[in-house]
Amino acid sequence: MNPHRRQLLGWGAAAAGAALAPGLRLIELAQARSPQEAASKLQRWGLLIDITKCTDCDVCVTACHEENGVSGHGRPATDAQWIRKVSLRDKRTGYAQTLPLMCQHCEDPPCVDVCPTGASFRRDDGIVLVDKHTCIGCRYCVMACPYGARSVVHEAVSGQKAGVPRGKGTVESCTLCVHRVDRGQTPACVEACNRDGGKAMAFGDLNDPAAEIHRRLKSEPSSQVRADLALNTGVRYQGL
Amino acid sequence: MARVHYREIEGGSGGYYALLGALAALIFAGLVAAWTMEHEGHYVTGMSNRIVWGTPHVFAVFLIVAASGALNVASIASVFGRDLYKPLARLSGLLAVTLLAGGLAVLVLDLGRPDRLIVAMTHYNFKSIFAWNIFLYTGFFAVVGVYMWTLFERRLNLYSKGVGLVALLWRLVLTTGTGSIFGFLVAREPYDSALLAPLFIVMSFSFGLAIFVLVLMAACGWTGRALGEVVLKRLRELLGVFVATVLYFVAVHHLTNLYIARQHDLERFFLWEGGVYPALFWFGQVLIGGLLPLLLLFGTASRRALAAAALCVILGGLAQLYVLIIGGQAYPQRIFPDKEVSSSFFDGVVAAYAPSLPEVALGAGGVALALALTAVALKVLPFLPRSLADGDVGGSTA
Ligand code: SF4
Ligand code: SF4
Repeated sequence: MNPHRRQLLGWGAAAAGAALAPGLRLIELAQARSPQEAASKLQRWGLLIDITKCTDCDVCVTACHEENGVSGHGRPATDAQWIRKVSLRDKRTGYAQTLPLMCQHCEDPPCVDVCPTGASFRRDDGIVLVDKHTCIGCRYCVMACPYGARSVVHEAVSGQKAGVPRGKGTVESCTLCVHRVDRGQTPACVEACNRDGGKAMAFGDLNDPAAEIHRRLKSEPSSQVRADLALNTGVRYQGL
Repeated sequence: MARVHYREIEGGSGGYYALLGALAALIFAGLVAAWTMEHEGHYVTGMSNRIVWGTPHVFAVFLIVAASGALNVASIASVFGRDLYKPLARLSGLLAVTLLAGGLAVLVLDLGRPDRLIVAMTHYNFKSIFAWNIFLYTGFFAVVGVYMWTLFERRLNLYSKGVGLVALLWRLVLTTGTGSIFGFLVAREPYDSALLAPLFIVMSFSFGLAIFVLVLMAACGWTGRALGEVVLKRLRELLGVFVATVLYFVAVHHLTNLYIARQHDLERFFLWEGGVYPALFWFGQVLIGGLLPLLLLFGTASRRALAAAALCVILGGLAQLYVLIIGGQAYPQRIFPDKEVSSSFFDGVVAAYAPSLPEVALGAGGVALALALTAVALKVLPFLPRSLADGDVGGSTA
């Protein structure tokens, strides 16, 4: 298909989508779990990030920290970062790439294994979270995470968002925007990337044969970061 | 063998109260530091998102490891039946308990939420080695407590061998558990070694005995009790063997790493290029903590040399744990092999860290707590024999 035709089709689909959107939204809401309902093992939420489309922007980072009320104090060494842009350069060829890195929502998360109180836990649907009421701030999970995905809240927080509890002395990381996912929305980074960025990020249920992410993972090459650790991450990359 | 007579220390002198006063001041400073860290948040320390375990952990792990090793003398006496060490067994048990208490106090007060200690006591994740350690540590207090009872109560003396054996096994597991805290970190190369657990055990023997020797010499010296050459000679030789064993394990650890190609970067960092860490390794750990004590222990028979050697072992031990705990975090995690990595979150670079005053104060406060508890206990209960003069101890057969 030539690009021009593809674009036309795209516009057509977008127009149809716009017309159908309100109705679809209702179905989506009807299907979404209510917050009271337990997370289901049938689902495995995840991300697919095509880093060939990821450019030097950082809208995902801004959107995440805005959405979750993660603000800094101008102290880079101790300020929390739930998602960061990492620049890579191949040591031999010099080939340069950039990608967003956040909690990989491991199926066998080392952070959960080491947490003495069980504050770090994995929901049935694959989202790895920290229970802010039982975290004692021992930081063992930070030591254990292979991806440097976790931050310690080093000082008092202000401007917290409803539904995203944070607290000095505890540890936090990407929640996959669990508060949005439970409302049937996509994570803030994915939304921002597809709106203002390189459209590199996709969110969905890895187990759902009807989901785009499932289909793409089945038909296109993808990889996990540090696949050698066999953690079966929920975040997958393309073009790495 | 003549019966050993124990007696409490007088504990009424100006010197005793000056010692307690100085220790109390250090403990107070430690508490202020802990309060500041909790109140302000950990940003007031040298710690960061990359170095999450700082100087307090160095002190805490040192004390916990030394606590287990301090029990050695008692084990040798009770389990292996060496009479010479019997008069020293009570002090050995006492130090095991007080050092552990000091170490745990530091560990707990360094938590982000020390106020949630009760959560740690009521919520357990049995997959976590940390949770297991909570049981190992509290159990250690109980086991050593019972063991001390069998040493103090003449009717129960006959059980001291059995209970002593339980205590011996318990502390070996405890030290393995402490070493495993690091061994379980699959994604941090510096801790990726099967040698870590045995290394921790020999470190505990060495650090614990060094503290024991210093406390024994100070307690006997300050209370005017005789401390004969027979005892000192034994302790000197024992410490020498332990120091040499630690050096041996450290050498094997690095040599095996040098053999593995993917660990070469790591070795270059810790042995040569890593700035403060190789410096601490060569000068602190190897020279001051290893070679110098060996020279002092085997080169002369002077008491001062023994005390100096013990002090060197302690300083070297702190340096060793600093390199292991903080250097191990400073070394960049290899998330993307074969790539040069950079980010706003300090990926791919050696993480910066410098100990801060609150951290050092908290760590020193833990040491002071252990020593203060020891000083008070010596006054309250008869832990020390009246005399350790050559004629009064287990004789030449030991
Ligand atoms: S990426 Fe790190 S924080 Fe996230 S689940 Fe895995 S180990 Fe835990
Ligand atoms: S810092 Fe909190 S979440 Fe992390 S291991 Fe400790 S208690 Fe668990």
